Amino acid sequence: MTMILGLYNYWVVIVLMMIGFYTIIAHGHLIKKIIGLNIFQTSVFIFYISVGKVEGATAPIWQEGIILYSNPLPHVLILTAIVVGIATTALGLALIIRIKEAYGVIDEDEIQAMDNQAMVNQDKEHQ
Amino acid sequence: MLVHLPILQVIVPLIAAPACLILRRPKLVWLFALFASSLAFIISILLLQQVMTAGTISYELGGWSPPWGIEYRIDKLNAFIALIISGISTVVLLAAQTSIEKEIPKDKQPLFYILYLLSLSGMLGIVTTGDAFNVFVFLEISSLSAYSLIALGKDRRALWASFQYLIMGTIGATFILIGIGLMYQMTGTLNMADLAVRLPEVAETRTITTAYVFFIVGVCLKLALFPLHFWLPNAYAYAPSIVTAFFAATSTKVAAYLLIRFTFSIFGISFSFTTLPIETMFLVMGLLGIFIASTVAIYQDNIKHVFAYSSVAQVGYMIVGFSLSTPAGLTAMLLHMFNHALMKGALFMALVAIMYRVGSSKINDLQGLGRQMPLTVAAIVVGGLSLIGVPLTVGFVSKWYLVVAAIEKGWWWLAGLVLLGSLLAVIYVWRIIETAYFKAPILGQQPVKEAPMAILVPVWLLVSANVYFGIDTRFSVEIAASAAKSLFGVAQ
Amino acid sequence: MVGIALAVNQIKDMFAVVMLAGIYGLVSASFFVAMDAVDVAFTEASVGAGISTLLMLTTVAMTGRTEHEASHKPLLALILVAITGGLLIYGTFDMPYFGSADAAVHNHVAPRYIYDSMKEIGVPNMVTSVLASYRGFDTFGEVTVIFTAGIGVLALLSVAQRPKDDAAIEAINDSMHEKHLILRVAIKTMIPFILLYAFYVQFHGDYGPGGGFQAGVIFAAAIIMYAMLFGLSAARRVITQPFVQLLSALGVLLYGSVGVVSMINGGSFLDYSVLAADPIAGQHLGILIIELGVGLTVASVMIIIFFSFSARREYQQANKGASL
Repeated sequence: MTMILGLYNYWVVIVLMMIGFYTIIAHGHLIKKIIGLNIFQTSVFIFYISVGKVEGATAPIWQEGIILYSNPLPHVLILTAIVVGIATTALGLALIIRIKEAYGVIDEDEIQAMDNQAMVNQDKEHQ
Repeated sequence: MLVHLPILQVIVPLIAAPACLILRRPKLVWLFALFASSLAFIISILLLQQVMTAGTISYELGGWSPPWGIEYRIDKLNAFIALIISGISTVVLLAAQTSIEKEIPKDKQPLFYILYLLSLSGMLGIVTTGDAFNVFVFLEISSLSAYSLIALGKDRRALWASFQYLIMGTIGATFILIGIGLMYQMTGTLNMADLAVRLPEVAETRTITTAYVFFIVGVCLKLALFPLHFWLPNAYAYAPSIVTAFFAATSTKVAAYLLIRFTFSIFGISFSFTTLPIETMFLVMGLLGIFIASTVAIYQDNIKHVFAYSSVAQVGYMIVGFSLSTPAGLTAMLLHMFNHALMKGALFMALVAIMYRVGSSKINDLQGLGRQMPLTVAAIVVGGLSLIGVPLTVGFVSKWYLVVAAIEKGWWWLAGLVLLGSLLAVIYVWRIIETAYFKAPILGQQPVKEAPMAILVPVWLLVSANVYFGIDTRFSVEIAASAAKSLFGVAQ
Repeated sequence: MVGIALAVNQIKDMFAVVMLAGIYGLVSASFFVAMDAVDVAFTEASVGAGISTLLMLTTVAMTGRTEHEASHKPLLALILVAITGGLLIYGTFDMPYFGSADAAVHNHVAPRYIYDSMKEIGVPNMVTSVLASYRGFDTFGEVTVIFTAGIGVLALLSVAQRPKDDAAIEAINDSMHEKHLILRVAIKTMIPFILLYAFYVQFHGDYGPGGGFQAGVIFAAAIIMYAMLFGLSAARRVITQPFVQLLSALGVLLYGSVGVVSMINGGSFLDYSVLAADPIAGQHLGILIIELGVGLTVASVMIIIFFSFSARREYQQANKGASL
């Protein structure tokens, strides 16, 4: 019983991660993939931060009289990771804008179909 | 100054990158980037010398000793890889300005060099650091710049290839982050040397096994090990040609380095090779990669695709060497990392020349090119021979050591399979050579001249290196064998 | 939160999906506060719920509001997800329990950060001391990541301004930005306070939650609001493209030069103790300057990204208009 209480936080985070991961793979719409990526990454951050929490402690800013603090190291790591995440998102969205201009659609299957069609047309030209 | 070499290796190109924004004209930026890359190359040579004489170097960033601060740790393995990366980078940059004149619009050319330098520093940073989370940060620097560089390709498929790479690459990086997080959770540290000390106590836990699996899967995505290789062929084919020349020779080596480093120096041999059936899995994946990728390469119309699938196959060879889990096998893998960089560097640089003059890399468009661009096509011939593994080329050296390592283990069947893989390479290389030399040029096609010196010189630098290191193998073998032995020694 | 994630999955109206993603970010931020991670919450709220949502909405505006019937590989996705999730849950069984104080993470490296950082660095916010000093090189890498993204977006989206486009773009600008008088006056009065708050967060980051990243994002948000209300051209007159690009490079260079100066003074890269006669003063100086570099680059890159997205939209609109 204590095990479930002690671990269920992590399990919920894992469920969140998997929903995000599923969104990336199953959906063809490119923006949804990026959002899925975001959810996946944010859930990993939640996991890291949960690791750093100490029961009954306070935020890691020095105050007179307080002895128990939560661990600052995961916070630092996740700050960096959040920034990396937004950088990736921005690049991904910029790519989507260009893809829309070039292909006219932003769905994975439709783009793949257009590429295949273009290759078939090119082969016909060569013959 | 000498004591700061480890950090200078990374920050020279890193600080050079934003400095490029201050210069405006593409040619100036190119010279500046070339200067920064050459400096990085010189530093890597000096570092390798230091490590060969004095042993592992440790550098404390910020003046804080590890594990509270970040540490840079240079040993024979990463000095070797840093040498490969900075060397290829400099040679490729020699031809860069000429090549991108035709492939990238003028207002974007300075941005190209900034991204190139960022990619270089990202890769060097991954290789030199001794801190697990630092690996993740620099991995993202190199990845983000790679996605942008690939997307600069002219064909619209470059955009789609870049996006697919972004999705797969970020999933891989997030898996690596999960792995690092789990390791941190169980040991409380991020420093690699410290992890190596603390992991054995918790090695039995399911958490660490999970950490290992996630980390390895993430690395294999970046390594393009079959079946996680899907992003590579299109990314290499549609990126600007000079970008492909750079990445084909370097990016998979960095992922391979991470695999070696974490398996041997951090998790340790006894954990890595006994807890999970790593040997068998990698052996199977490697072999599948070799045969399936080589076969697919035979049917490709575009030479860039041929060589890209060939790269997937070569990664397979490296992983087979890794799966032997003997010093000889690891030596073969390290040797192949060096040699493959030379081989693919030369081949893709030759393609740079062809793209420059002909404007296409479809095999059919190269009919009769052997007469019009004799030096360039000769370069492809030598590179192709190297891929096949003909004696006197570096390709032969790696395959030889791999076969010897397999026989040493008593696996004669494996040696046979390696030779069979070379036969497949003969087929796809021959297709190209046949078209270039034995088919008449297409009627009505404009005759082309030989490639300009700016591209030809780097091509032949790499080709000569292929032959030189194929004949005089002392340098590469000594370092590879020495690094392999110390990796096995460290983990004992 | 699980509900929000599932909804994101199912809903086909992209506008709703993006807003839900933004809400997900906000809820995560409040979760971080509950976990004592105040700096992280601050950053997640500004970046994950703010900038991220903004960029996604811009993209949706340019690419269409509905998702087509696309969910085509649910089986493969489910299998992969089941394997991955199962493996992760398998891994949790040997973990230290949530919140336990004797886990390895709390007993090895962390105690020095918590109990000695006041002595060694003199800054109450332990996250700042770790971020800026103990692991300052990671933060240098992070600034570089942001810079890389800025350059990447520039490489992808920037358009060379041609004189004949300007008139068309001005016209579109006038039709696009907000004409409501009340909104314009209200925002105009708010912007100076937001900028002031950004500076406060920048320099107070040593003592409370905050620091370079958060400050940079808030600063950029003020500029972006101005651009949204008064038009991109007006904003561009204040903050020109070459200027903001230079600033982004300057931030990274500033950070790097602190490290180089440390090396020249005899320490290793980014060793602040050698920057002044007294090590603690040196630490303070070093942290101040590098946080400034971080804020500079983050603010300029966010502005660059937003301007690039908007400029591309104008370019698309102008071309559509031209072809009619």
